[in-house]
Amino acid sequence: MKDFDYAAPTALNEAVSLLAQHNGSAKILAGGTDIIVQLREGLKDADVVIDVKKIPELTQLSYSAESGLSMGASVPCYQLYENPEIVGAYGALTDSARIIGGWQIQSRASVGGNLCNSSPAADSIPSLIANNATAHIVGPNGSREVAVTEFCTAPGKNVLESGELLVKITLPARVSKSASAYLRFIPRNEMDIAVAGVGSWVKLSEDGNTIEDARMGLCAVSATPQFAEEASAFLRGKPATDETFAAAGELAKKIASPIDDMRGTVEYRIHLVGVLTKRTLKIACERASEN
Amino acid sequence: MAKKQVVTSNINGEEVEFLCKPQQSLLEVLRDELDLTGAKEGCNNGNCGACTVMLDGHPVNSCLVLAVEAEGAEITTVESISQGGELHPLQQCFLEDAALQCGICTPGFLVAAKALLEKNPDATEHEIRFNLANNLCRCTGYDKIVKAVQDCQTRTKEAVSQ
Repeated sequence: MKDFDYAAPTALNEAVSLLAQHNGSAKILAGGTDIIVQLREGLKDADVVIDVKKIPELTQLSYSAESGLSMGASVPCYQLYENPEIVGAYGALTDSARIIGGWQIQSRASVGGNLCNSSPAADSIPSLIANNATAHIVGPNGSREVAVTEFCTAPGKNVLESGELLVKITLPARVSKSASAYLRFIPRNEMDIAVAGVGSWVKLSEDGNTIEDARMGLCAVSATPQFAEEASAFLRGKPATDETFAAAGELAKKIASPIDDMRGTVEYRIHLVGVLTKRTLKIACERASEN
Repeated sequence: MAKKQVVTSNINGEEVEFLCKPQQSLLEVLRDELDLTGAKEGCNNGNCGACTVMLDGHPVNSCLVLAVEAEGAEITTVESISQGGELHPLQQCFLEDAALQCGICTPGFLVAAKALLEKNPDATEHEIRFNLANNLCRCTGYDKIVKAVQDCQTRTKEAVSQ
């Protein structure tokens, strides 16, 4: 690996001024499962690597039924799925956290890092979109918030400006009779990159028969993960039935504009969006009826 | 040129001080500086798990950890699994079940499987396979590896009930 300096600031403002000093030549290290590989393979360059895991704001994970989830940008995946309250409230997110790499990866990799790496196939992003998550960013000009739906701008690119840093991601409190689920398709059983992935969130009526609100996010079928807006809007007021799920799947397919590559063809990926939308909606509705 | 840094970690129960450059991985330092060559370099990008070590109680790919990150950390490697020349039951089961051919993946499998059995002693076959998915065996001995882990579960239970 090329030579670089290492800094491990213990305060957020220190990290921000380090980033400013190095004007684009600094790289952030959270779990390291993407950035260390990218530096080693020469895909990215750094004069200094800033380890953010000693900054309290980036390592805190807090959940309450009233205020929802606040997840520091460097919180590793295992902390999410080992917390039964978080599993209960944000099923899609913990479904994702459990299948990003394997156990060794999940000991280190963070959802914040997955978001900032901004891969079109990032497993956590459809779940963040489905759960209506917000990214909290800090930079030389203060802090700002961006809806995760708007965060990624191109493969590997996002709204972070030079000198800016993702601090945390927040998810709204769970409302009653709501739940979410994430599924991806891969040709292996584990440890692979999504050919297509869908995260679905639903809010059911008190009797559990009608979908009152829904949000779906897709990945690996366009340059950035996407919010399936039309399909989500279609579900409002519809009965929670297999026919409804299938119809929503057809609408979600309309926004899929995938590439052909070794993982799958355009036609196959679009087909998968329909199947995964249907299945995740079904799982989300089942989970919502239970809580 | 980045200067070498002094890092202090607890490795296999002993306080260890070492010098490293910021770009050196924990795996490089363990093998090349500290002569702990049990962890293997397979893919060097986090896929194969041959370099698995425990970092503060969690299994990690040591090729994806910078050695400088290990300041103040507690690390255990495959070298700590056998005690006083006695093989750990898991190692004994790997041996008896022929759960290895070339052996390169074995240290990683042992570290990850031991961590799994400590966390979830009753792990089902599915759970064993799921949790060992970050460890690749290119001699394709998975069935024997899973069986060795299951045999270790049985053996541990028998030892407890006796």
